Amino acid sequence: MVIAKTVDGEIGIMPQHAPVLGVLVEGGVLKVKREGQDDLVAAVHGGFISVADDEVSVLAEVAELGSEVDVAAARDALDRAQASIEANQEDADAAIEAKRARARLRAAGEEV
Amino acid sequence: MGAQLRLLRRRINSVKSTAKITRAQELIASSRIVKAQMRMQAALPYEREITRAVTGVVSNAASVDHPLTVAKENPAKAGVLIVTSDSGFCGGFNANVLREAEALRGLLESRGLSVVPFVTGRKGVTWHSFRQREMGGQWVGFSRNPSYADAKEIANTLIDSFKDDNGIDEIHIVSTEFVSMLTQNVVVRRVLPLEVEETEATESTTIPPYFEFEPTAGDVLETLLPRYVESRIFTALLQSAASEEAARRRAMKSATDNANELMRMLTQQMNQARQAEITQEISEIVGGANALADAAAGKE
Repeated sequence: MVIAKTVDGEIGIMPQHAPVLGVLVEGGVLKVKREGQDDLVAAVHGGFISVADDEVSVLAEVAELGSEVDVAAARDALDRAQASIEANQEDADAAIEAKRARARLRAAGEEV
Repeated sequence: MGAQLRLLRRRINSVKSTAKITRAQELIASSRIVKAQMRMQAALPYEREITRAVTGVVSNAASVDHPLTVAKENPAKAGVLIVTSDSGFCGGFNANVLREAEALRGLLESRGLSVVPFVTGRKGVTWHSFRQREMGGQWVGFSRNPSYADAKEIANTLIDSFKDDNGIDEIHIVSTEFVSMLTQNVVVRRVLPLEVEETEATESTTIPPYFEFEPTAGDVLETLLPRYVESRIFTALLQSAASEEAARRRAMKSATDNANELMRMLTQQMNQARQAEITQEISEIVGGANALADAAAGKE
């Protein structure tokens, strides 16, 4: 089963799902539940999920597997982004930065 | 005679050092082709999926009118993205692209459109600025190693101009397609508005008859199309980078071959000259000795 977060909310895709094309949110976490194996978790920033012919493809601008996330670097990025949000409420770049950092930490299995 | 010999020797030396340089260039290009090809391969799945997604949306939601899919009724301006290389030494690579771009320009102008060139690569930019052609945009410095961010920047410029009422109404790309090490073709493609082709569904390209959209078809298209344009531009840049290296390798190989051939010919000429000099010296010595012997015989 694939669980992803689209702009409408979370969507879970089981085998034999009807064809869907969804827009993913910035800073989402994608989870692939596999039988007999650990879940595959990835931080996905923007992009699409398309389901067709029992195949799920995720098209992301930036994506990172949870196991490959550099936790310390992500924490650092989150702290920096939050600092600049506090300094300037309208900072849209920093807000996205913070979202991304959070997604990366969540994908790595860290509490945020 | 001695002067000629020296001259030939000097020429051989200069040809030899040229051959060394072109040989090195050839080797560098061959190693770069492999890298460029790998990057091309890596980008393929994304391009394939995004094309599939766009096809899915457009064929499922024909009723969706999006500014990016609908051809304007009276197109006035066409944007042409011309992908060239930053550095030379690559044979007819840039000349071919620019010639094709000129042909496209003629074609578009005959349809009553004015053409706005968008150029990547130093060679194309110089070509246009030398002819004092106004450019809609120019990017240099990444022809050998384009990144997705470069493609995005180009795509943004093109899409902004496309959305603008006074901007361009069509987007074409002229670039070089990498077929194999030996074959690279210049291709002209229209990116926007999308060309909707009515084709018979074949086994490999079946598109499900229905598609659900989250949130709506229009919203999906809105975010999908810019990505699609970026991906097309990125592919064009990568293909062009690989083709550039292949063209450079070929040009440098034939330069090295020519230099070696020239060297062989010059060495032959030099040997001939040297031999002629020796022969002349011998005959001078023999002649001199004979003359002395004759003089001595005359005295007796």
